[in-house]
Formats: sequence, C-alpha cells, structure tokens
Amino acid sequence: MATKASRTAARLMLAPAVILLLGWMMVPLTMTVIFSFKRYLPMRGGDLGWVGFENYVRFVNSSAFWPAVQSTLMIVGGVLLITIVLGVLLAILLDQPMWGQGIVRILVIAPFFVMPTVSALVWKNMFMDPVNGLFAHLWRFFGATPVSWLSEASMPSIILIVSWQWLPFATLILLTAIQSLDSEQLEAAEMDGASPLSRFIYITLPHLARAITIVVLIQTIFLLAIFAEIFVTTQGAFGTRTLTYLIFQRVLESQNVGLGSAGGVYAIILANILALFLMRIVGKNLDR
Amino acid sequence: MSIRTSLGIASALAIATATAGHAQDLSGTVTIATVNNGDMIRMQGLTADFNAQYPDITLEWVTLEENVLRQRVTQDIATRGGQFDVMTIGTYEVPIWGENGWLVSLNDLPDAWDADDLLPAIRDGLTVDGELYAAPFYGESSMVMYRTDLMEAAGLEMPEAPTWEFIREAASAMTTDNTYGICLRGKAGWGENMAFLSAMANSFGARWFDEDWNAQFDSEEWANTLNFYMGMMGEYGPPGAANNGFNENLSLFQQGRCGMWIDATVAASFVTNPDDSTVADQVGFALAPDNGLGKRGNWLWAWSLAVPAGSQQTDAAKAFIAWATSKEYTALVAENEGWANVPPGTRTSLYENADYLEAAGFAEMTLRSINSADPTQPTVDPVPYTGVQFVAIPEFAGFATEVGQEFANALAGQQSVEVALERAQALTTDAMESAGY
Repeated sequence: MATKASRTAARLMLAPAVILLLGWMMVPLTMTVIFSFKRYLPMRGGDLGWVGFENYVRFVNSSAFWPAVQSTLMIVGGVLLITIVLGVLLAILLDQPMWGQGIVRILVIAPFFVMPTVSALVWKNMFMDPVNGLFAHLWRFFGATPVSWLSEASMPSIILIVSWQWLPFATLILLTAIQSLDSEQLEAAEMDGASPLSRFIYITLPHLARAITIVVLIQTIFLLAIFAEIFVTTQGAFGTRTLTYLIFQRVLESQNVGLGSAGGVYAIILANILALFLMRIVGKNLDR
Repeated sequence: MSIRTSLGIASALAIATATAGHAQDLSGTVTIATVNNGDMIRMQGLTADFNAQYPDITLEWVTLEENVLRQRVTQDIATRGGQFDVMTIGTYEVPIWGENGWLVSLNDLPDAWDADDLLPAIRDGLTVDGELYAAPFYGESSMVMYRTDLMEAAGLEMPEAPTWEFIREAASAMTTDNTYGICLRGKAGWGENMAFLSAMANSFGARWFDEDWNAQFDSEEWANTLNFYMGMMGEYGPPGAANNGFNENLSLFQQGRCGMWIDATVAASFVTNPDDSTVADQVGFALAPDNGLGKRGNWLWAWSLAVPAGSQQTDAAKAFIAWATSKEYTALVAENEGWANVPPGTRTSLYENADYLEAAGFAEMTLRSINSADPTQPTVDPVPYTGVQFVAIPEFAGFATEVGQEFANALAGQQSVEVALERAQALTTDAMESAGY
C-alpha cells in the first residue's frame, strides 16, 4: 500500500513527463486557437490583428465546408465497415490450422508496413491507371471499357486504398481476440447442434465486441486525419476533399493561417463529438 | 621612432591589410534549396567546379520534390526563418516576394555574367521596378508536340502556328483505337491543369480578373474556353485525363499513345531522347495554338535562383548564383553531358550557338514560344496582374487549385461546365474578398 510519502515522490517524478506532454499538446493547440481569431496572412505582412469570429463564420460558410465534412465521414464510415467485416472474416480464416499459416499471416499483415504515400502511388499507377493499370488490362481482356477509377469512382477508390492499408490492423487485433476464445464453449455449442452461423453470431461475435470497439476507436482517430492518400491520388478533386485536406489548402496553399486555424478548431470539435458518440455507443463494451 | 616601434607599426599595418583582404575573400557555407529536377541534380554534381573557383565556400544542398520545395521555401521566407541562402523559385514567386522586399537585388552581379544576354521575356518576369530579383536557371514556354508519322497518315500538315480549330481537326484525324488524338493536362492544381487552361483562356480572350479585380468566370470567353477543352478532350483525349498532369502525359507520349501534346518546351528533349521515348524520331513541334485574337495559348516559366533578404551569406550566395546561371556553366554542362542537355531558355547566346542548334532540333520553336509570351500583358483585354498562366498574387495558388478541382470534376463528367464555372466564380470571389480586394 502506497504511503503518503511514496505518492508524493511518485507525483514529483512523474511531473516532468506530464508537464512536457501537456506542453507538447497545449502549445500548438493554444496557438491554433489564438491564430483562429486573427487575420494572419504570412504573405501579406503576417499578423494583421484580431478579427473575432470572422474566420469561423467564413470557414463554415464556405461552399467547401459541408462537402468536406461529408467526405470525411464517408471515408471514415466506409473504411470502418470494410475493415471490420473483412477483418473478422480474415481473422477467423487465419485462426484455422493450415499449411503455411505463418507466411499467410505475414502476407495479410504486410500492407500495414507500407507507407501511405507509397501504397497510394502503387494503387494509382499500377492498378487504377485507366491506360496502363492492371484493372484497365483486365477490363480490356474481358472486352469492357476501362474505368477511370480515381475520377469516375473517386470516393470508393480512396476508401478501397485506405481499407487495404488498415485491414491488417483490424485483422491483427481481431485475430488475437479470436485466439483468446475458449474452444470448449464452441465445442459445447457444436455438440448441442448449433449451426456454424449461430455459433458465430451468439459466441464469436459477442466475444469480439471489445476488440471491434478498439478497432473502431483507434481507426476513427487516425482516419479523421487522413491526408497522404488523397494528396497523392486526387489532390482533393472529385469530391474527395476531407476536412483535413481543406485545412491544408487554406493554410499552406492559400497562405491564410487564421482561416485554416479556425478550420482546425472545427476539426477538433468534430473529432471530440465523434469520440463522445463512439464512447457512448460502443465504448461501453470496454467497461465490462 | 625606434626601429622596433616602426617594425611593430609596419607589422600591425600588414596584419590589418591582410585581414581586410581576407574579409573580402568569399567564404562560408551557402545552403541551397532546390528542386529535384534533372537539371538541378546535374548542377549539384558539378559542385567541384564551383569549389575549384571558390575553395572557401561550402555548398550545402537541400533537394526537394517540387511541391514540398514550394511549401518549405514559402514558409521559410514568410516567417523569416533564414534556413536558406539560395532558393530555387519560379516566375510566380519572384514578383510577389520581390515586391515584399523579401529578396536581395541581383542587379550588382558581375558584368561578365552579362545580364543583357538574358531573354527579354524571362528577364521581365523576374524583374520588379527595375530590380532583377532572381537569376534564371532554365526557362520554358509551352508548345505543340506532335507525331509527324500520324500527321502524315492523317493527310494533314501541321502549320508552324496552328489555330485551335486545326488542333481539334488534327486530334480527330489522329485518334485510333490505340492512340489518343490529343493529351492535355487535366489534373487539378494551379501548376497543373490551371497552368494550361489559364494560358489557353488567354488565347480565347478570357482573363482571371478585370481591371477592378472582379473574377471573370461568368464571362462568355471562359465558357468558350472550357467547352472547347472539354469537348476536345472528351472525344479525342485519353481516359482518366482528369488525373493526368505533366508526368502522366509525358509517359503517354513517350509510349506513342498521344497524337499531340501541348505542354512545357522542356519536354521536347525528353520526347526526342531515344533512350526514353519510343517515338523519338517522329516528333514535330509547333507554336501553341491561337484563335486569331493576338494571343497564343502558351505560358512562360523560369526556375530561378534567388537570395532571401535574411541570408547572412549574401556575397557567397551571389557568387554561387553567378556561377550556376553563367554562360560558362552552360559550356561546362555541354562538355560533360552534351549540348542537348544544357539548361535551356534563359540566354540569347545559347540560341545563337551553332552546336546547340544542331543538337537540339526543338531550340528554335522553344525560343519563339518563350519570346511570344508576355507576362506583363498576358491577355487580350487589360488586366491588373502580371503572369501568363498565373496571377502573381499570394492567394492565387490557393484558389486556383480549387478552381482546378472544379474543372477537373467537370472533365471527369461529375458536373457540367456551367456548374464548374459558377463554382469557380463563387470561390474566387470569396477568396478575393477574404484577401481584402
């Protein structure tokens, strides 16, 4: 049992790390909030004074704002759906005893080690290119007209690329959860005559709930900030401009730091609303 | 005065003189930010030649991809970061930064550097109020590159100065199952599709802004430009053209998939290089098209070297710039790599050099294209801005990229030309209001 002295010592020893981490987080956050209330144009003299909520009003009233929020949510939702459904199926498959299991597992996990920019470039140039891409050749082989994936089906294409990258993560988490499932329970259900589907729905899936929650939470956090894949493939065109991308455009391309910072604050608010929502809906699984 | 005192004073004077002399010697570390284009990589490889002349100057290279370079140097100069002593910047940045007083004037480069030899159009683009703020490393315009064999097979002859109507007719005649009549930029970006479309719009009588800085996308001229472009690309362009920028089109042309390609003059050496191009000996060149309105659809650009005002190594940086953009440097590259590989488009003397003209069949058309572009009067009707394929104001890169996205969406068939123009008008107006125009 910790004494009062040991608790004080622990607090003292932890203090530097806590202060450093708080500073690490608070300094950029505070600066973003300060800039968001300023007319800050680096190419036109820098700080041009306070403007109140003007940047917030302008950002939210811009024609690009709501489509950007919509695109962000579509990408997050689409990728979560694909990675969880396929992740569960792959995890079950990889849990089966099979020849070359180790190699198969490494192959399934491999996409996670590829950098986002590299994978986006590979998908764009080697698979989805409408003239030289693999899909175009396949389409032509079957007598069909090749599809311009990134312009005609831009959103599904981005979701596909990002899902490919995040599927290994989901699979890995879900596989470890499946491996902790008590096999006696499944055997008992099987002996009682439960069909494979019933066993999956009533035993495996509830057992995976906690792992799925972790996948949803972690992936949502990362997917809200998705950038590289869009930058490499569509540069925000064809309705794929997410909130992060819009902020990048406002700050770096338009050199309007104030306006972009206001966007950054909106993004933080959106992320927190989503996080709260997720914690309430799915996060209760973690309490059990 | 004793002998000792005299000797002492003499020694002190000698040391002082030597120190003063040393101070005028150029030394120090010059940090250069540059783009990872082949010509710049070559320059980096020739550092030893520079050091043979200036042994006390150390060159430190920061070589970056074009977009990253732009962001890094812009951030650095806008925040007075002082990371770099020499920056590689384009014709877009120079007038803005020069006017802001962020660049050091290069009017005092040595006489031997020969500023009068610079091509007038390029020099004008880098000059603000009589001060030269950047030295051009290589310059370019745009022109028509076409397949001579396909033209012949189509029974057509490319004029030196074609019209847009002729280009459409030729594109139609050259389109087959395996070849697209015309390849043009469609990828969204101020330096991608908007560079091409702004230059094209100039020849259709369109302009970005009127003299009072009102956006002009609601004009008939812009509608004509975009309808012509979309129509021609839809019928004779490659699939997925809305994703094609300079590199994608270069690759298609080198593979023999394009009948015509209107793009940067520097591409001429790539498409005629037998090591990279399958159609190297079947490429012809013509001036960018026009509509008989007095302006052709070609742009003007120069990658140039400049010294930021915050540099602590101004003299050494200038010495480096004078070396890298000199006639002697051109001769050095020619000696090492051959005349066809020298940085083009900056000096009149290069285009009077028989060796170069013989090695580079595209030289004459490049020069004519560069000389026909006027960054100070880029459009048919007067405008308040400079720049042929861009508007030299800081906000341009931002809103032009967004306009480019609207046009790319239209090219991909996701929205009509009318809607794209309406949105372009709205977002440009919004950005200009936000910038205080």
